[in-house]
Amino acid sequence: MRMKRWPGKRAPGLGGVMATLAMLPLAGCKYSILDPKGSVGLQEKNLILISTLAMLLIIVPVIIMTVVIAWRYRASNEKARFEPDWGHSVKIELFCWGIPSVIILFLAVLTWNTTHALDPYRPLADGKKPITIEVVAQDWKWMFIYPEQGIATINEVAFPEGTPVDFRITSDSVMNAFFIPELGSMIYAMAGMTTQINLIADQQGTFPGMSAMYSGRGFSDMRFNAIATTPEKFQAWVENARKSPAVLTAADYPKVAAPEEKAPVRYFSKVEPDLFQQIIAKYLGKAVSFNSGMKE
Amino acid sequence: MFGKLTLADIPFDQPIIIGAGGFMGLVVLAVLGAITYFKKWGYIYHEWLTSVDHKKIGAMYIMVALVMLLRGFSDAIMMRTQQAMAHDGLPGYLPPHHYDQIFTAHGTIMIFFMAMPFMIGLMNIAVPLQIGARDVAFPFLNSFSFWLTFVGAILVNVSLVIGEFGQTGWLAYPPLSELKFSPGVGVDYYIWSLQLTGLGTLLTGINFFVTIVKMRAPGMTWMRMPIFTWTIFCTAILIMAAFPILTVTFGMLSLDRYLGMHFFTNELGGNQMMYVNLIWAWGHPEVYILILPAFGVFSEVTPTFSQKRLFGYKAMVLATVAITFLSFVVWLHHFFTMGAGANVNAFFGITTMLISIPTGVKIFNWLFTMYKGRIQFTSMMWWTVGFMITFVIGGMTGVMLAIPGSDWVLHNSLFLIAHFHNVIIGGVLFGYMAGLTYWFPKAFGFKLNEKWGNASFWFWLVGFYVAFMPLYALGFMGMTRRMNHYDNPDWTPYLQVAALGALLVLCGILSTVIQLVVSIRNRNLPEYQDVTGDPWNGRTLEWSTSSPPPFYNFAIIPEVHELDAFNEVKKRGHEARAVPTYSDIHMPRNTPAGFAMALLAGVMGFALIWHIWWLVALMFVSIIGTFIVRSCNDDIDYYVPAEEVARIEGLHRARVASLEMTHVA
Ligand code: HEM
Ligand SMILES: [Cu+2]
Ligand SMILES: [Cu+2]
Repeated sequence: MRMKRWPGKRAPGLGGVMATLAMLPLAGCKYSILDPKGSVGLQEKNLILISTLAMLLIIVPVIIMTVVIAWRYRASNEKARFEPDWGHSVKIELFCWGIPSVIILFLAVLTWNTTHALDPYRPLADGKKPITIEVVAQDWKWMFIYPEQGIATINEVAFPEGTPVDFRITSDSVMNAFFIPELGSMIYAMAGMTTQINLIADQQGTFPGMSAMYSGRGFSDMRFNAIATTPEKFQAWVENARKSPAVLTAADYPKVAAPEEKAPVRYFSKVEPDLFQQIIAKYLGKAVSFNSGMKE
Repeated sequence: MFGKLTLADIPFDQPIIIGAGGFMGLVVLAVLGAITYFKKWGYIYHEWLTSVDHKKIGAMYIMVALVMLLRGFSDAIMMRTQQAMAHDGLPGYLPPHHYDQIFTAHGTIMIFFMAMPFMIGLMNIAVPLQIGARDVAFPFLNSFSFWLTFVGAILVNVSLVIGEFGQTGWLAYPPLSELKFSPGVGVDYYIWSLQLTGLGTLLTGINFFVTIVKMRAPGMTWMRMPIFTWTIFCTAILIMAAFPILTVTFGMLSLDRYLGMHFFTNELGGNQMMYVNLIWAWGHPEVYILILPAFGVFSEVTPTFSQKRLFGYKAMVLATVAITFLSFVVWLHHFFTMGAGANVNAFFGITTMLISIPTGVKIFNWLFTMYKGRIQFTSMMWWTVGFMITFVIGGMTGVMLAIPGSDWVLHNSLFLIAHFHNVIIGGVLFGYMAGLTYWFPKAFGFKLNEKWGNASFWFWLVGFYVAFMPLYALGFMGMTRRMNHYDNPDWTPYLQVAALGALLVLCGILSTVIQLVVSIRNRNLPEYQDVTGDPWNGRTLEWSTSSPPPFYNFAIIPEVHELDAFNEVKKRGHEARAVPTYSDIHMPRNTPAGFAMALLAGVMGFALIWHIWWLVALMFVSIIGTFIVRSCNDDIDYYVPAEEVARIEGLHRARVASLEMTHVA
């Protein structure tokens, strides 16, 4: 008994896929990852484009081959060669292993180099002295402490454009990820540990920031604005914070850090020195202490 | 008396939940009532509940998978509508407390109770037949494994009505899953339902490993083993190596939650990074546990419907083994953003991309199998071609995520969600659907309707692209996963298109339901009947016996002389064979022990969740007791007399002969 033959049909909606993929890099500024505003993000965008292009070199031919072979060797095409017992060819096997290997070799070298060059812990080779900002992920808001300026804020962070920013990150609750898409890399925030990320904004602007790691009920509103501005305006922003009546002492801290959804922007004119270290230290206890991410 | 459980844990104030729960209760009552009315309890008990026949167990696994696909998909469509509605500060219709349970349940159910049972069902049906065996190595254990998975699935669904499910995401990262941040029973439901099904899966892995090593037909050397069996063999190894990690990790999390320990807490030296490492040391192999069998299905379907031998069998085996080993050295790619050093990140990025070499080889081998073939475009072949095109795209986005520098901006975004649905729908699900259509006639004796099968394929294919291509774009727009609402107006249209895609997928699922109904109703029509046992002109041993096979599978254990054993027999002309002389066949007896022990374990899980300690103790003792009783029973096997075998085989011969007569006429 043989089953019915199904006449060849058109191949799946390939055009649509390719069009979507091709459209991405061209689209306007709403594609924050593909329209970065700082050198870290820019390198990452280029990395994405180069690796994608390298892979398309093999993906597109494979897709075309699939469609062509499926069409040409359909059962109803009696003209096509039929070799039911053919199942081996050294030449083709070499090709099957060789082509992917070449692409992967290229990508492996690219990976090794860019992973080191873009390592978030690596200070940006810019000559300029970086500004340090300490970041604490809380339920469900972000606290920023400026050790050099002696101020602190909730859900808003500012820094001068063209100056490297050295973010030191921890969590006073569950795991979160600190992420400003337009500037580049993200990194986890974990209690009892510090992670670090070096970013820079090469343009002025207000960039949305967020937690990129689900952290519970208030997660969707755990957002902040990152403001990159001129050194003068940044100074004015600091002065403005300094005028705030609120101060952040160790005693007040638990109240400020209490779980809160959709927390408004807040400024503290003074902040307890070493607050950041204290927040980390409270989790270390007397037991074995694990240091920050596996960085030596 | 009832631990933490009170009436207040049933959300009477939630009409949707109570409605859904009530509906499910009614359906269960209706089924039970129907069984009573039609006096089918004896049949259900003797033929299914107590069965140790791998074909029946396989069929039950797939039934569980299809029902759970409906449940998992309901969750998916709720998420898609929520995100389509909750734009520009609107709250949508699902508050975070519900929404967070839904995405957790969706992921958990789809992986553990849809994909895993589907895969284990297919391997139960096909593997013993492919290697010419009469059952698996440990038939009783097989029954126990299935019922463990079954009660695990029940427990997840009970959480809908009694209490709540986890709100942690499908991997329950601590510290969020610790008692301090998740004090409710949701995480406990998660832990215990997965411990039950995880144990079942581990036992299945051991069972099939032993079956494949010890029970192959004489002459079936390793390099004559059908490729699907090869992929299941590697899957069994992965299960044996990976699932103990999962059990131990959840064990430690339970110690934290139940006994106040500090393996993964923030305080007292607990280390959340350890959990993340452990869970992915299981989790990455898990995705290969799911995809290797799908690769196996494609490797059976492609040669059968290209009417040609598989291209590069040896390369295929080598690639499968290579993937098996590599899959244990890549787990860190799931958290490049944790702050590891550049050498560590680069190392794991590169090991990950190495996997795409053997995977690429497989794609080429399927292509060259089609090359110079005579391809019959059945729905199974459509699933295969759809897979090849879709999967290479998913593979490409996977490699993008394997480059730490790209992952640092794409991690946890909707790009990631699009990537893994791309490989899991375009690879795993397409493969299992092809496998279901392929082996369905073998298991049940009739074929599935092709028109609805093709409809299902096209809806799934187009639905997938419409639902998930916008998510790739949203990932580039900086949208993260698991968002309940958002206020970026640029995202809204993309999410609305994605919701439309989910509706198309719904049509695909409905097509499959209709396909099953239509095929079952028409099963006695000649175009559906599989009289010969070889409906597709197959190449491997499972097609050499009748459909459905007799309970002993093979009257005479076949002897294997080359790869594609059945194809070679057919070439030599097996019709010429004389009626053989049969001998007695040794078979295992059915037993209720597996069902009973799993049921008790399910109740124990429920008691653990609600801290009903006396019940935990009672159930634990009962399980041990049942096991002892079972172990003391010596009457666990019997012989089928040769005359009975001859009678059954005679019937099959007569059917085939009458079919051949009508052909001549
Ligand atoms: C049938 C079509 C499907 C649709 C429309 C769908 C949709 C979704 C959506 C909307 C999410 C949440 C994305 C977010 O976090 O924002 C999700 C997550 C997920 N899906 Fe699916 N899905 C489908 C099928 C599947 C299948 C077949 C599987 C696995 C076999 C699967 C596994 C998962 C997993 C593991 C998650 C992650 C859950 C989490 O965040 O913890 N899905 N899916
Ligand atoms: Cu992985
Ligand atoms: Cu992946």
